[in-house]
Amino acid sequence: MKRYSVLAIAREALRGHLGWDRAWASPAPRAHYDVVIVGAGGHGLATAYYLGKNHGIRNVAIVEKGWLGGGNTGRNTTIIRSNYLQDPSAAIYEKSRSLYETLSQELNYNVMFSPRGVMMLAQTQHEVRGYQRTAHANALQGVATAYIGPQKVKELCPIIHIDGPRYPVLGALWQPRGGTARHDAVAWGYARACSDMGMDIIQQCEVTAVRQSQGRVTGISTTKGDIACDKLGIVVAGHSGELARMAGFRLPVESLALQALVSEPIKPCMDVVVMANTVHGYMSQSDKGEMVIGGGTDGFNNFTQRGSFHHIEETVRALIETFPMLSRLKMLRQWGGIVDMTGDRSPIISPTPLGNCFINCGWGTGGFKAIPGSGWAMADLMARGTPGPLAAAFGLDRFRAGRFIDESVAAGVAH
Amino acid sequence: MSTRLATGGRLIDRARAVDFTFNGKTLRGFAGDTLASALLANDQMMIGRSFKYHRPRGVVASGAEEPNGLVNLGLGPAFEPNARVTTTALFGGLTAESQNHWPSLEFDIGAINSAFARFLPAGFYYKMFIHPRSFWKHIYEPFIRQSAGLGRAPKNRDADSYEHFHAHVDVLVVGGGIAGLQAALSAARTGAEVLLIEQTAHWGGRAAVDDPVIDGTPAAYWIKTTLQTLESMPNVRLRNHMMGAGLYDHGYALAHERLTDHAPATPGPRHRLWRIRAGRIITATGAIERPLSFAGNDVPGVLLASALRDYIVNYGVSAGDRTVVVTNNDDAYRTAIALVQAGLIVPAILDARPQADGPLVRQARDLGIRVEQGRGIAKVQGRRRVTGVAICAQAGEGAVLEEISCDAVAMSGGWSPVVHLWSHCGGKLIWDEEQAMFRPDATRPPLGADGQGFVQVVGAANGHLRTGAVLADAADAADAAVLADAADAAGGEAPVAQDAEETPMAPVWLMPQGASLKLRQKMWLDFQNDVKVSDVQLAAREGYESVEHAKRYTTLGMATDQGKLSNINGLAVLSSALNTPIPQVGTTTFRPPYTPISMGAIGGAARDALFQPLRRTPLQDWHEAHGATFEPVGQWRRPYAYPRAGESTHDAVIREVKNTRQAIGLLDASTLGKLIVKGPDAGRFLDMLYTNVMSSLPVGRCRYGLMCSDNGFLIDDGVVARLSDDTWLCHTTTGGADRIHAHMEDWLQCEWWEWQVYVANVTEQFAQIAVVGPKARALLEKLGGVDVSKAALPFMHWAEGTLAGIPARIFRISFSGELSYEVAVAAGQGRALWDRLVAEGAALGAMPYGTEALHVMRAEKGYIMIGDETDGTVIPQDLGLDWAISKKKADYLGKRAQERSHMADPERWTLVGLETVDGAVIPDGAYAVGDGVNANGQRVTIGRVTSTYYSPTLGRGIAMGLVLRGPQRMGEVIDIPRLDGSIIKARIVDPVVYDKAGERLDG
Repeated sequence: MKRYSVLAIAREALRGHLGWDRAWASPAPRAHYDVVIVGAGGHGLATAYYLGKNHGIRNVAIVEKGWLGGGNTGRNTTIIRSNYLQDPSAAIYEKSRSLYETLSQELNYNVMFSPRGVMMLAQTQHEVRGYQRTAHANALQGVATAYIGPQKVKELCPIIHIDGPRYPVLGALWQPRGGTARHDAVAWGYARACSDMGMDIIQQCEVTAVRQSQGRVTGISTTKGDIACDKLGIVVAGHSGELARMAGFRLPVESLALQALVSEPIKPCMDVVVMANTVHGYMSQSDKGEMVIGGGTDGFNNFTQRGSFHHIEETVRALIETFPMLSRLKMLRQWGGIVDMTGDRSPIISPTPLGNCFINCGWGTGGFKAIPGSGWAMADLMARGTPGPLAAAFGLDRFRAGRFIDESVAAGVAH
Repeated sequence: MSTRLATGGRLIDRARAVDFTFNGKTLRGFAGDTLASALLANDQMMIGRSFKYHRPRGVVASGAEEPNGLVNLGLGPAFEPNARVTTTALFGGLTAESQNHWPSLEFDIGAINSAFARFLPAGFYYKMFIHPRSFWKHIYEPFIRQSAGLGRAPKNRDADSYEHFHAHVDVLVVGGGIAGLQAALSAARTGAEVLLIEQTAHWGGRAAVDDPVIDGTPAAYWIKTTLQTLESMPNVRLRNHMMGAGLYDHGYALAHERLTDHAPATPGPRHRLWRIRAGRIITATGAIERPLSFAGNDVPGVLLASALRDYIVNYGVSAGDRTVVVTNNDDAYRTAIALVQAGLIVPAILDARPQADGPLVRQARDLGIRVEQGRGIAKVQGRRRVTGVAICAQAGEGAVLEEISCDAVAMSGGWSPVVHLWSHCGGKLIWDEEQAMFRPDATRPPLGADGQGFVQVVGAANGHLRTGAVLADAADAADAAVLADAADAAGGEAPVAQDAEETPMAPVWLMPQGASLKLRQKMWLDFQNDVKVSDVQLAAREGYESVEHAKRYTTLGMATDQGKLSNINGLAVLSSALNTPIPQVGTTTFRPPYTPISMGAIGGAARDALFQPLRRTPLQDWHEAHGATFEPVGQWRRPYAYPRAGESTHDAVIREVKNTRQAIGLLDASTLGKLIVKGPDAGRFLDMLYTNVMSSLPVGRCRYGLMCSDNGFLIDDGVVARLSDDTWLCHTTTGGADRIHAHMEDWLQCEWWEWQVYVANVTEQFAQIAVVGPKARALLEKLGGVDVSKAALPFMHWAEGTLAGIPARIFRISFSGELSYEVAVAAGQGRALWDRLVAEGAALGAMPYGTEALHVMRAEKGYIMIGDETDGTVIPQDLGLDWAISKKKADYLGKRAQERSHMADPERWTLVGLETVDGAVIPDGAYAVGDGVNANGQRVTIGRVTSTYYSPTLGRGIAMGLVLRGPQRMGEVIDIPRLDGSIIKARIVDPVVYDKAGERLDG
């Protein structure tokens, strides 16, 4: 595969860009693979990529019902951070964040990781104590964060209103190496690298059954025919429950519509990501100039990829309170995605009751940031059959044992 | 040049000149102009720069679909970026500036991008800026961000106000063209409540411009009389300046009304967001003309044919003196005819179709217009302004046959129905081969809760481009909408219109069809984002084959117009590149809003002090008048402390604690949740909710209780009082009142619906005042009326009576460790009681205290605080609260969960007191560390601090924390690092550091 570089662009420019390779091939499925991953979103593609890269397993197919990267990977607000409270969360999200640091070079695809800094505002005494606690935890976890005062908040983000009459900003948890990335590019970069390793990405291919024999998975049936495999990875976010049903087990997961919106593009005015949990909203500015805004989840389960408008109202209201200038911007577009929420709002990276079938799901409202780390841990689990240290705490068995990983203290809102 | 014609302009008032400024230049228009028509009238064809290449841009359309004409509008607190000139009404004093250029519109450094365009194809940034890594943050991204955005960021607070309206109607009709008017009329005649909305200031849509004959009269007359009829009907509401922004599930529609944008001095809100529930929704949103893809189609002076006609007819404005018309359909001939009739020159009509010979074609020829069939534009000449076109054979590769000098081009590539609203909530589309358009598939509408479709699309939006068919469609749909089961057309006969014969349009997606790469690199699809035909073809070649991939890779249709002009053309190019039929390629998803709506309107009136409801206790005014500092707790603002003049908050807290311990403290406890639980099954219900037994509580007694989630975690605590045989009063935490109320209702409604229990949240019905301290009894006795002696009202009892003449309920409970009474009176009497307590208490040393003193005192007593000792991961057993967990009960919420292996694990972190060796105060949130690191390289932790304060009573720092096997390690010293890495040594001790025997509270 041709490498991407300034020189390659210059060379291609001279011949009308007719010589670029396909970013990924579009093969028909073969009869058998060592590993089949269901779901060509960020997590599925990253799993496949690290199976090849870290474990030398390259006879892999990634099957996708729609188009790759078309689920939550392509419809989130692109925030990357690892300022989590609980040890297992901090470990996997920090692993992920650190992989993002070099992902563009690793994939030879610019995913535009932008470590512009993420701040989470403290607007009640309770939040102040909560973020101070997170700062202490992060210091011991090797995650670089700091608790900063309101003046520093204002300095880092001049458009913020720190003296609001209802919830003045009392401080913030600041992660300087958190930030954003270009979400589509993450999926596309992994897809290109997987394809380059000889893996088959099979789009427009819906799984209709999980085939098994004597308690072990043997393959899947799809709208493009049967595909046999030795190991199966289910990485389908909002539709995890459906796939689990096909595989014969149930998940402690609910599917909810989560919404987001963008404003029209304006000249740069905000260099950091701001999350305000008390008033319930978060915002960053894309490199194109749009203000990217995350909303809440509906209070009921559904698969519509839409959502109720009053959540948009609540979010916008919260952000006008935090950033009064927003009032004179216009909402360009709103959309929804289906997030899979577990009981403790932490993910599942786990073996399943079906032998050689593994699942990675439950990233809820914050999966984008986890893509590289999640793929890394899932690949490790699938290659070795048992979870490594990153995935160990995220097994399905934790719900039976009551060993929850609850981040509710640190993350009150969808993110 | 573009200019104002001597006559014409049905919407302008030539008697009323209006001055405005553009880029600092004062210009003149007329009342009734849009900013676009006024700029064109002043020969201001170039209005802005494109996003990526900074190409010169002029208006291309006349309405909401405009991609180019965006300006910074207004000044200061009334400033708005990205205002669309075609939908901005002109008013005196309007100030506009062009966007996205430096230093000026005419001379823009960024235009150098255009020279390097071939190095910047679609997706170029994914392929470069990769090395070296550190350059992205410091060089590449700042460079890219430099060129980001269009309009300036607003700097000021918004001076305008906004509001929300609700409407409930039988039928909502969106769009006030003839289809919408007819649909509203037909629906209204059946008696239905109808709301008809129109995004512009004017009714009649395109028909008002083209003026076909309806029912034997000019359309203008029909529009006027129909409007009069509708206005006279009591069941019809008409609103213009109001756009249907989005459709949502279950008949929910969102509309955006612009009240003062056209007249800024008008008092009242600027925008209004309408939330509409409609039984049926009819969208009559018309159609949008498509551009043609020929080289140079983005040069200022190239406009949609219909837009050119609009400017002539509506505003008496010509875009140019010599206009070449290029088309693939008959409708553009109307533009040519209108231009010639206005005295302008049309050097040629280039019709890409090999044959066309309808009445419109003949009329054009009869007017002496040269009509060239099978011809197209090879290339537009000019950079900042059209200077001519080179014509070629449409069937060829672009060999220039002739050059024609002109200063405007009118293009028409056919029409695309506005199907956005239909699609927002799930309506499906079909591809109409004959008209080369996606139109709604009536068999797959958005479905309501009853499984039936609730949206109908009529008129041009439904694919009907001829007047007669539009009106018939509208009348039929309205009938069907209102009278699904009635065959008699109560809505009345549809009006009749005679439409001239037209030659069918022929799809033209590339002009010429065999255009070379060089030409394709100059054919714009998305004018604002600079996406060209060659970009979409590149995307397809590189494997971005899904329409969503192609869109995202090229940014086609992602600009502020959301692809209203570009999407179908881009889709057709993609379809051809993939050799896949258009319907199989499919469209991208239509998302609300139809055009951008203001964030202000979405937020509505709830801002600043009104942002969220402010809950006020009956004593709030007193607190404010007496210097309290506040902290938000839920929607309350509770006094944090009452610092006196010259006193720091910290010192105030110390004084309040000491005074309460030594004399009397008064606390406004009104925010505490108060839930009445009543009914024959109330006791049984509470036994399930609380970990201990509440059904056995005698009337007149109080009991402290814990509530857990079904996962076993402690979620709230508080004192429960039994008021009568079947009535309990449950106190919750301040923040927990609403949550616990909902929790109770959840269980009652979803699980135990047959239990006879009623829950009422009476939090705000009572004022509650804690009278705390060794002299508390003396004070209450001074007020008189209730026997509060130790014998009459022992600890954990309550009594009812008249205190100081006010009916009161007095609870003998304590959260401070002192002798304490909580007095509840009707909210309206709260202030009177407080005033009496303050007045009578003065001599005894009574002072108010705030939440921080409350926290300090409870921590000195080792009492837990929900939210401090708990965080959603803590079970009561972790807190040493086993005494409050019934061993006898068969079940309670959380019991089963607490038996799970991890919950029952003896290795859990458990509550202890922490005493710093040097008396220092441990920082909030600190952890205790063990030896080494875990498998993920994280420092091993063995506990954490949950509450930490300076204790005025002990004169040093006190803390509570959860520590691994804590209670078994009394006396051990553990290490607690500060954020700077320094270590605090703390000894594990009993959490109760004040009056362990409890003699004071039982005093």
